[in-house]
Amino acid sequence: MNADTATMSDTAVPPGKTGTWWFLASEIPVFGGLIASYIVVRLGSAGWGEASGHLNFSLALINTFLLLTSSMTVVMAHAAAQENDFRRVANFLGLTVLLGLGFLGVKAVEYTTEITHGFTPAAGIFWSFYYGMTGLHALHVLAGVIANTVLWIGALRGTLARHGHRVELAGLYWHLVDIIWIFIFPLLYLA
Amino acid sequence: MSNDTSRAPAGFWRSYVFSTDHKVIAKQYLSLGLFWALMGGATAYLIRWQIAHPDTEAPGWGFIAPDFYNMLVTMHGTIMVFFVAMPILLAAFGNFLIPLMIGAKDMAFPRLNMLSFWVFFLASVVLMASFFVPGGAAAAGWTGYPPLSAKMEYTGVGWGMNLWLLALALEFASFLLGGVNFLTTAMNMRAPGLTWFRLPVIVWMQLTAAVIFMLSVGPLIAGAVMLLMDRLIGTTFFLPEGGGEPLLWQHLFWFFGHPEVYVILLPGLGIVLDVISVFSRKPVFAYRPIIYSTIIAGFMSFIVWAHHQFISGIDPRLAMPFSITTIIISVPFAFVIFSMIATLWRASITFSAAMLFAVGSLGVFIFGGLTGIFNGSAPVDIYIHDTYFVVAHFHYTLFSVVFFGSFAGLYFWFPKMFGRMMNEALGKIHFWLTFIFFNAVFIPMHLVGLRGMMRRIANPMQYEFLKPLEPLNMFITLSAILLLLSQLFFVINFFMSLVRGKAAERNPWQANTLEWTTTSPPPHENFSTIPTVYRGPYEYSSPDAAADWLPQDRPLTASQAAGR
Amino acid sequence: MSNWFPENVSTFGGDVDSIFWLIFYITTVWFFITEGLLVYFAFRYRRKPGEKAAYVLGDTMTQLAWVLVPLAIIVVLDVLIDIRGAEVWAKIKGQPPPADVTVRAMGKQFNWEFTYPGPDGKFGTEDDLQTDNDLHIPAGKVIHVILTSKDVIHSFFLPHARLKQDVVPGREIPAWFQITKPGEYEIPCAELCGFGHSGMNGKLYAHSAEDYEKWRKERWPDGAQQTATKG
Repeated sequence: MNADTATMSDTAVPPGKTGTWWFLASEIPVFGGLIASYIVVRLGSAGWGEASGHLNFSLALINTFLLLTSSMTVVMAHAAAQENDFRRVANFLGLTVLLGLGFLGVKAVEYTTEITHGFTPAAGIFWSFYYGMTGLHALHVLAGVIANTVLWIGALRGTLARHGHRVELAGLYWHLVDIIWIFIFPLLYLA
Repeated sequence: MSNDTSRAPAGFWRSYVFSTDHKVIAKQYLSLGLFWALMGGATAYLIRWQIAHPDTEAPGWGFIAPDFYNMLVTMHGTIMVFFVAMPILLAAFGNFLIPLMIGAKDMAFPRLNMLSFWVFFLASVVLMASFFVPGGAAAAGWTGYPPLSAKMEYTGVGWGMNLWLLALALEFASFLLGGVNFLTTAMNMRAPGLTWFRLPVIVWMQLTAAVIFMLSVGPLIAGAVMLLMDRLIGTTFFLPEGGGEPLLWQHLFWFFGHPEVYVILLPGLGIVLDVISVFSRKPVFAYRPIIYSTIIAGFMSFIVWAHHQFISGIDPRLAMPFSITTIIISVPFAFVIFSMIATLWRASITFSAAMLFAVGSLGVFIFGGLTGIFNGSAPVDIYIHDTYFVVAHFHYTLFSVVFFGSFAGLYFWFPKMFGRMMNEALGKIHFWLTFIFFNAVFIPMHLVGLRGMMRRIANPMQYEFLKPLEPLNMFITLSAILLLLSQLFFVINFFMSLVRGKAAERNPWQANTLEWTTTSPPPHENFSTIPTVYRGPYEYSSPDAAADWLPQDRPLTASQAAGR
Repeated sequence: MSNWFPENVSTFGGDVDSIFWLIFYITTVWFFITEGLLVYFAFRYRRKPGEKAAYVLGDTMTQLAWVLVPLAIIVVLDVLIDIRGAEVWAKIKGQPPPADVTVRAMGKQFNWEFTYPGPDGKFGTEDDLQTDNDLHIPAGKVIHVILTSKDVIHSFFLPHARLKQDVVPGREIPAWFQITKPGEYEIPCAELCGFGHSGMNGKLYAHSAEDYEKWRKERWPDGAQQTATKG
């Protein structure tokens, strides 16, 4: 037993993955708090259905599709990384980034339309929550897009091969962002 | 992480400023935390001066206007909780001790560790800047209740409050990253033989605190985003005129705020337990049940929060359920306290400075825990809520771990951190003065609160029913000034010992845990060979050894020595 | 020490104080036991040359019993405190007795505004009266207060009645009290509300029956007897 490298690992899980899971665990209460607040405040008052009627359901549906697809592409990037095929990794990461940018673009269109119609963040409590929840989520999407772009560039350059496990870690984060949207979408657009 | 130890030595900047070595990072947190402790003490001085001698010039400062006073009480709380307690107890001690105590070379993510410190540094810069913007720093209490905090016209504070929120968000981010590091390191990098139940209590306490913090801070981050949006872009989360709910903030704040006090408490208790064990030459009493009790208390900390809101306007029927959970959570902590006392039974105690502070911490915490019972009873809280009785209570519980506990840890681990011994005589004087003046400040404060003096008022003489408090408030202020001055003994000792202290050997206290097996201070990467662990950390006065201590990494039997 | 508290002049103030004293006696006993043991052990078990500490792990039932039994006693006492406390809480914050007089109190930066319904017993009518900081009520009668705020959170605090209730904008929160002894009592604000928080102070005038009548006749010279209202 090489005393220099022998450590006692509780799990067979590499540190990066353990660390990523803890990080995701800490992100959940952030959105949990926001979402729970929305539910409680909404249940306590009336008239939100009217406000939510002004949202663009079709655009949100497109966004849901974009995000779900991007979760699939990031899984495929991970599979390619495991096979050390970094050209395919680059392709799938690139697709993921594009889909993420698409999501943000659609969101920008939604926001612009809503604001020009007078539904600004100051337009009422529903809109406070709408902009708060989707805005914070969009910032997280942006962070994921940036992370995936960095990895994509690494895949193109060939430098990612040494750190191939990072594709999975980025993917885990991306799935969380997707799951949060799955909660936000019906609460805002369907209720 | 490079294992290449044959590199040319790093320059000044990589060694002392942008270092990824957990020991350097720990000292950076310690330095910044001690700096903020000075600032926190300064705010305390000015607050106490104004209360005892309202509308007079504070020596060394000048007049204190009412809005400036509100800023002082706000920043005193914010600084002490987030910029003193957390960086010293969690970041400094946690960073320094965890890798050493588990026999690792460093944290799992050294560069993330460095990033964590610099994010905290940025948070400090932002908080400092908030003092200098027009309108001054935040002034809505460390609790920042809206609507007062949500609209600039209610306080006159503009960017000061926004920067306050930003500084807190950055601080939270820093500690979240730190928590990820602590947990991953402890899970993945323990030395061979170091099973979970052979870890020192302080490691368990740091890990539990990290988990509690990481799971509880989220809602407040959400709340801070919401409050910032209310202030900056016109949302109305907390403003009733826009359909919002002021009480929502309180729930989000206290859902975090209550677990947060245990995040601060646990590492302090861990330090006290480990120090008591070493200077009692006895195992920690009921080690495993203490761990279980702590974890149970950690879970329970998530269901007591509304005891801060009994009379806030929440449905009165909620008060009793939260009263019950609050009273039940005192049980696991009582268990830990009783076990600490039991550790002293039939011990062989040496009253070093560290031990004095550890025992003092225990004594002070007991008092604070007992006054907690009053606060947890909803009907009594009707009267004492938002009075100085609450202030006295939480200063007992917090000061016990943040100051007495930190001092115990600093006197104890200073040799390991800096390779020199602190002056024991100065340390003992420091203890007695701190203990006496601390009690002189805060015991009378209970009486001030029971008389009915409200929190955060700049001039109690404006109220007839509080006029009898003038002599008591003056006594408290005088004691507070003496308490602050007593800390000079520590400051002088600390810096003197850094340059002129006696060189420390590896294990000046004859302690069992792994950090004492390497040099003082440890080299980069801590151990020349990773130790192997054969037993728990508290084998003091063990029948298996002639000496009254038995290090974790010493093989006893031939088969252990052979590595089987 | 009972003289140290502000003089209690409310019907439920004594109940609040009795829970305080119950907790006080229990915690004082535990204080002396725990701190006493701590100090005693610290002295008794000082290091003596040639004597080793006892290798006690606290892992047997006999040893743990020393901790678990006191713990069980504490649980019982805690339950007692909660049960007695629940009764008092329900009395003060639960269903109030029927009102003899109802007033509205609004906190604002930085004073209390009290609104009286006048002889017709209704708010929002011609005979309503509004005062800044002065609350006039009859002693010996049940007073209902409807609490709200104009701007930020304040807190309606009657130290002599052992009553406190935060006032929140956008909400109307009920409170009640009954003063046993005529006199003047302060109504400080007990929640940080801005730069004028210190000094924000109302005055409760608890009048004897005849003084109250005199006050009413001055305010409403043509008014009939104010009927009991249910707020």
